[in-house]
Amino acid sequence: MSGVARYWRLLGVQVRSSVLLGLQYRADFVLDGVVSLFWTLTALVPLFTVFHLRDTIAGWTFAEALLVTGWFTLLEAILEGAINPSLTAVVEHIRKGTLDFVLLKPADAQFLVSTARFEPWRSTNVITALVLWVVGFVRMGRMPSPLGSLAALLLLVTATALLYSLWILTVSAAFYVVKIDNLTNLFNSIFDAARWPVQVFRGLMRWVFTFVVPLALMTTFPAEAMLGRLPLPALAWSVVGAGVFGWLSRRVWLRSIARYTSASS
Amino acid sequence: MSVRSTVRALPTLFRVGFAEMVAYRAEMLVWVLATTMPLIMLALWSAVARDAPVGRFGQEDFVAYFLATFIVRQLTGAWVAWQLSFEVRTGTLAMRLLRPLHPMVSYAVENLSAIPLRLIVAFPVAVLALVLTGAQRLPRDPLLWGVLLLALLGGWLITFLANAVIGTLALWTGSSIKVMDVWLALFMVFSGYLVPVELFPPLIRGAVEVLPFRYQIGFPVEVLTGALHRGAALRLLLGQWIWIGLFVLGLRIMWRRGLQRFAAYGG
Repeated sequence: MSGVARYWRLLGVQVRSSVLLGLQYRADFVLDGVVSLFWTLTALVPLFTVFHLRDTIAGWTFAEALLVTGWFTLLEAILEGAINPSLTAVVEHIRKGTLDFVLLKPADAQFLVSTARFEPWRSTNVITALVLWVVGFVRMGRMPSPLGSLAALLLLVTATALLYSLWILTVSAAFYVVKIDNLTNLFNSIFDAARWPVQVFRGLMRWVFTFVVPLALMTTFPAEAMLGRLPLPALAWSVVGAGVFGWLSRRVWLRSIARYTSASS
Repeated sequence: MSVRSTVRALPTLFRVGFAEMVAYRAEMLVWVLATTMPLIMLALWSAVARDAPVGRFGQEDFVAYFLATFIVRQLTGAWVAWQLSFEVRTGTLAMRLLRPLHPMVSYAVENLSAIPLRLIVAFPVAVLALVLTGAQRLPRDPLLWGVLLLALLGGWLITFLANAVIGTLALWTGSSIKVMDVWLALFMVFSGYLVPVELFPPLIRGAVEVLPFRYQIGFPVEVLTGALHRGAALRLLLGQWIWIGLFVLGLRIMWRRGLQRFAAYGG
């Protein structure tokens, strides 16, 4: 069996076991849904407040900024449903020393830990994101640009890849600073800046959010693509950027895992 | 557990708490990095105020406001809700109950002993704020400096007590982290941490005036940046301490009732 086919089959097994696990905690589904909807709604308050005071900010109208918030909400849903649960589990493994069992398995450790847990029922925010986009375009009284939407779809892939790479980089830090609640906190608070169009930031911050922690590529660019005003080079650079980050996070992961000295045993 | 023996135990408890903070200093640094949200909001509000001031806020006022917000957040942190929820679930709360000291006192001391290290982080930010925006914003009235100290203490107390009340809920539900998440969401938005209270649209502002959140961050920050005169500051101080009274009362009742249900699973 070829390597790729084997990993596909492994992915299937992992997804099936997550679903079975998830079915045990059905009540959590409703509660999580309510809590995350609540988060999203309260998080809109600053947006309303800012646009209550001004019609446009850094060249964005309220309706256009809603698209950025929509992308932010969508990525948050992906993070909550597909990325966070697995990677929270890794840190627990590192803390307890049970990562040994993962490392012993005859498959790539990064693949195994990244696909260990999926919780799609946490992704109720996907719907909120769709609602935000619809409201945004209705307020603008136009349709999304068709070609731009295709580009946005491509950017969804690169954005997810970027998000995943950034998470791997954060988790790699857990080999050095063993505590997750702090790390998740740190990641979330930095990611929170992606809620706003990157044009809001100036100077160093703008540069950081474009090249170092590429939040711009994750929310501002896709929103601009939907509006049909993302320049083609920016699209190309996003793809390149996602590749570079993926490669970098892989290197850092391998380096960190080499440092792993099983705890407690 | 007499008051005298509690007071005698305090210095030792502080030393232990402080030593623990020093041991986990890397984590503390990560935590501080995670509270840099005011800087993002500062960038946002500066963009809003780029062409013309918003209300009484020009760009420089936003710099003063959000740097003060960063400092106040460092000094008013508490995390008992997570501690309590964890200790109820694992049964380790039993150990705390055995000690001849009220558990809330030991939690309070543990949380307070983080403040010296956080002061070290807050200090350079305070210097930066003074360099960038000048000292003329600081209150000149000595009475207001007194109010500031009480407001900071009150802000910490509300954070601590709200945490404790929500943590105590775990005695009924097993875990109350979800409730704490809801509280945090409300805190972030309505405390003045992201948006200065006076800039909210009228409808939201009305709600913020009666909620406890603004007393955690917004009120001390407003005193520190000289936005309040005597009358307004004293009125808000009264509001803050009324909330503290309500929280203390609620915590007493809940703690007494909840503890009867405590079964120390696995402890």
